[in-house]
Amino acid sequence: MNQPVVNLSPRVSDEIRKTTCYMCACRCGINVHMKEGKVAYIEGNRDHPVNRGVLCAKGSAGIMQINAPSRLRKPLKRVGPRGSGAFEEISWDEALQIATDWLKPIRDESPEKLAFFTGRDQSQSFTSLWAQAYGTPNYAAHGGFCSVNMAAGGIYTMGGAFWEFGQPDWDHTKLFLIFGVAEDHDSNPIKIGIGQIKARGARIVGINPIRSGYNAVADDWYGITPGTDGLLILSLVHVLMKAGKVDLDYLARFTNASCLVNEDPKSPQNGLLLRDENGQPLVIDRRTGKPAPWNGQGVEPDLSATLREKGVTHRPVFHHMAARYLGDDYAPEAVAERTGISADRIRTLAAEIARVAFDEPVELDREWTDFRGKKHRTMLGRPVSMHAMRGISAHSNGFQTARALHMLQILIGAVETPGGMRFKPPYPKPATAHPKPHCKVTPGKPLDGPHLGYVQGPDDLCLTADGNPARIDKAFSWENPMSAHGLMHMVISNAHAGDPYKIDTLFLYMANMAWNSSMNTAGTMQMLTDKDENGDYVIPRIIYSDAYSSEMVAYADLVLPDTTYLERHDCISLLDRPICEADGVADAIRWPVIEPDRDVRGFQSVLCDLGARLALPGFVNDDGSQKYADYADYITNHIRRPGIGPLAGWRMGENGVQHGRGGANAAQLDTYIKNGGFWIEHIPHEAAYFKPWSNEYQAWAVKMGFYDSPQPYIFQLYAEPLRRFQLAAEGEGNRQPPEHLRQRILDTMDPLPIWYAPFEDSRVDTSEFTVHALTQRPMAMYHSWGTQNAWLRQIHGRNPLYVPTKIWEANGFADGDWARVTSAHGAIVVPVAHMAALNENTVWTWNAIGKRKGTWALADDAPEATKGFLLNHLIHELLPPKGDGMRWANSDPVTGQAAWFDLRVKIEKSPPPDEAQPAFAPIKSPVGRGPKNLTWKVGK
Amino acid sequence: MTALPKTTDRKLGLVIDLDTCVGCHACVVSCKGWNTENYGAPLADIDAYGADPVGTFLNRVHSYEVTPVEGPAQTIHFPKSCLHCEDAPCVTVCPTGASYKRSEDGIVLVNESACIGCGLCAWACPYGAREMDGAAKVMKKCTLCIDRIYNENLPEIDRTPACVRTCPSGARHFGDFADPESNVSVLTRERGGMDLMPEQGTKPTNKYLPPRNKDALRSADPAAPVLRPVTDEPRGFLGWLDRALSAMPGGND
Repeated sequence: MNQPVVNLSPRVSDEIRKTTCYMCACRCGINVHMKEGKVAYIEGNRDHPVNRGVLCAKGSAGIMQINAPSRLRKPLKRVGPRGSGAFEEISWDEALQIATDWLKPIRDESPEKLAFFTGRDQSQSFTSLWAQAYGTPNYAAHGGFCSVNMAAGGIYTMGGAFWEFGQPDWDHTKLFLIFGVAEDHDSNPIKIGIGQIKARGARIVGINPIRSGYNAVADDWYGITPGTDGLLILSLVHVLMKAGKVDLDYLARFTNASCLVNEDPKSPQNGLLLRDENGQPLVIDRRTGKPAPWNGQGVEPDLSATLREKGVTHRPVFHHMAARYLGDDYAPEAVAERTGISADRIRTLAAEIARVAFDEPVELDREWTDFRGKKHRTMLGRPVSMHAMRGISAHSNGFQTARALHMLQILIGAVETPGGMRFKPPYPKPATAHPKPHCKVTPGKPLDGPHLGYVQGPDDLCLTADGNPARIDKAFSWENPMSAHGLMHMVISNAHAGDPYKIDTLFLYMANMAWNSSMNTAGTMQMLTDKDENGDYVIPRIIYSDAYSSEMVAYADLVLPDTTYLERHDCISLLDRPICEADGVADAIRWPVIEPDRDVRGFQSVLCDLGARLALPGFVNDDGSQKYADYADYITNHIRRPGIGPLAGWRMGENGVQHGRGGANAAQLDTYIKNGGFWIEHIPHEAAYFKPWSNEYQAWAVKMGFYDSPQPYIFQLYAEPLRRFQLAAEGEGNRQPPEHLRQRILDTMDPLPIWYAPFEDSRVDTSEFTVHALTQRPMAMYHSWGTQNAWLRQIHGRNPLYVPTKIWEANGFADGDWARVTSAHGAIVVPVAHMAALNENTVWTWNAIGKRKGTWALADDAPEATKGFLLNHLIHELLPPKGDGMRWANSDPVTGQAAWFDLRVKIEKSPPPDEAQPAFAPIKSPVGRGPKNLTWKVGK
Repeated sequence: MTALPKTTDRKLGLVIDLDTCVGCHACVVSCKGWNTENYGAPLADIDAYGADPVGTFLNRVHSYEVTPVEGPAQTIHFPKSCLHCEDAPCVTVCPTGASYKRSEDGIVLVNESACIGCGLCAWACPYGAREMDGAAKVMKKCTLCIDRIYNENLPEIDRTPACVRTCPSGARHFGDFADPESNVSVLTRERGGMDLMPEQGTKPTNKYLPPRNKDALRSADPAAPVLRPVTDEPRGFLGWLDRALSAMPGGND
């Protein structure tokens, strides 16, 4: 038979350039195949610690991002009204001169009038340094509207959380529980892990109102009612404690469950831990029956012994936990109706956790020594691992829910033990080892320290002399004292209201605040365009940097066009959000594998230039000349503290190249490029588990430069910082909360994890708004960025509202129908689709598919602009007024995390409108429109 | 009409694990990226930024819901591409010989220079696995990355279809079904790998591994009683605690 001859070995590429992906926030390693200087194909880098060769849909579609017609081409100056999209292209010199002319006078007079917020920034250790040098207290990235509850809950409880902080022990875990995990964050590592553990028969339990993605492959699905995860978790805690299925040895040694609580009602320290003269919390030493510091050599902490002193009995934390969680409030029968999970299923899940943890322990034959000097012959672990994300985080009870989840992990001894959850260096790192927030403004001078951090009590809040919030977003104020990531979602609203003060310039990077990244989108657009009585914009000046023609571009006065991710330098730094794995410390770079074909510049390089023009300390040499020619120069030569720079690999020591600590190395970036764009150093075998307590790990961490001396600590099941705020609310101390916040602080800042109903439930009529409404991000699309991508938009170009069977049938919906969805704040009219695998009182849609006409270089009749919609229109940044004249943020009262998922709605059938409502006028595109058809092939 | 080989030396194909596929579309886009750049005409995207974008994809993921009699509804992600059938109706229907099945490895290919774009093969395929390219007007289908799996310009480890190399959850496996000890034959045997629509008589080479049984934690198993409280006394927990601590190493017992 004559078969055609097929070329079985065509040329694949001329060259492979290895860099880091930025199609989402996961930072996988990629091999970029080049043909004649053009990108021909992108695949995963097999050597890379994050993705080990695999790559998701977004990553493979990067080629459609770097050719996207929506790419900005040149700096833009607004020439029409804000929001119209009327711009003229200007030179970089003119753009930087405008920015300097705006920013220099403010810095000399009142630097706080610059609000600099950087969205999905992966260079926060650099942008924060710039903001600090400028002197404004008003800096943060997007964490406040993302998952700060998860991060802060983890840091305050155990010195780390999920994703960048920790991961399941994929090699040993036998039961994996995922709470509120959508399909985006840490996506390739989680997918790899799911495949790995399924291949060896481990089981997965999904706790999520929606059964898609990871929940679809979970062995068991708990379709929980949104906002009640904390209640379910505390009920699991109840059942496990009641059955004695807790790891007593682990709790006694490695947590503050054994620490004594000051129960003297007259003491100003009431409810804090009893301490010795050196300030160390006390335990009862089982060897002596006497109090001893928690970290004393040889001390054997007693989980149960009490201390009787001056007529007061001081009990250990574990007694307080027993008193709280054994109560009937948390019995499965008491929580079943609210969680939507039957008591039977809660008990079955608890039994499964206990069975795997205690009947199937993992024991590794490795010796290690703890910080009290005790030698352990083996490493004993509980192979139950957990992961959680925005689903539990983006609620007004999210911080306490995150704390509750970590408490559950710790109770069964499943953190930093084989088979459980493992931290990724430089984590674990307790809250006390992080900076505290700084806000002291001096005109013409830098801020007095880093903006963001972890407060330990009222003394660390960012307040002015008269007690008002010092920051425009009111982070670290009494409204949300532990707002470790700031509150980017409140900046525009507060600046518009002049509350707590007015600003002059809003400077944003990579954050689509005029569309999908804001609550109350229409209101936000209004705030950005409102004028005062003089006809001036209420927010006087807006500078925005983005690579693409996003909705936010139209609202800027000055646009600084950024490069795409393949055209730039970046460093994924240990000073920032590292890419480490549980077995190794790692960092990575991006480098320009192609040169821009437009007049655009990497934003960080622009900041180097702008910083020099403003003569910011650290950005100019002694003679006033520009210190860092560009971001690559900064990455190589910046020294943060002696021996520590942005990249930890291939630093220069006295005897040549070394890792961790060392001086700048002119060949560092080239060496990274030669090594595939990343550096990794593995943790010694005997230091791989029990990291917070292991002498072996602590010594290695000091050598690597994570900290300058060993920092062992115990997990904070009982969180004293929370109690310190309660004490203030009770009247203790000089720094006092405003009267209207006292009760809320007492109710929500409990030092032991609690659950309370989401705030929206108490502000709206839950019998009218019976339905919960959620969004989630698909695995194949990252925020608005994916829509401009010709391949990805064919996968996720439409976002119906998914409706569960009960509501579908009650409304008589049929395929192709539309619904009016109403919240306390607004209404939308949108297409609906039926989904059975869904909590019966929950509707949902994909996030950020809907687009404004004229943006992203899409046609005006693109489905994203006609049928796509945002749930954001239904969510306000403030809670409905309650008649007290106050503005109550729709946020977690502890951290300020935006409570996106508290939303309640009602739903009814609607006649089909011409397009999804509300609809907005088209924006004039600064980049034109894309080509009609693509036939993409760069090789000949 | 075009003849099929009587037998093929090897039977190359895929095993797709429906228990593990999370529906992430990584395989879809990796396939698009490799195949627009390589074998034959590029994979066109018509109206790429417009109202009705329609592109050529050689592999797509569909999602279905299954509602069992008891227990909650389930979501199944179902990737689908050419199954490289032994009795491939798309080949026998081809009027020009453009569609053919290779005798050495069983891969079904389209010789684009002989394809007249009549579309008969797409009608004949019961799986909907062929797509007419909107620009080149030739029939496009999965090549099993024939320009990767033998490609001497690739490291040996990468001589595997793009979809398999990229799959994050490891749900896709490539191998030779003619070898009973190959990875794909063993997986098929051990996990109950199934033919898609066997009643069509196409003898597909690709196999699907069914999802494991789900939602077993629905109610307490009488054989494994739920957790019993350590005590029924209201203050009994602390008494149990003291006894438990005493029994541990270093305790009083």
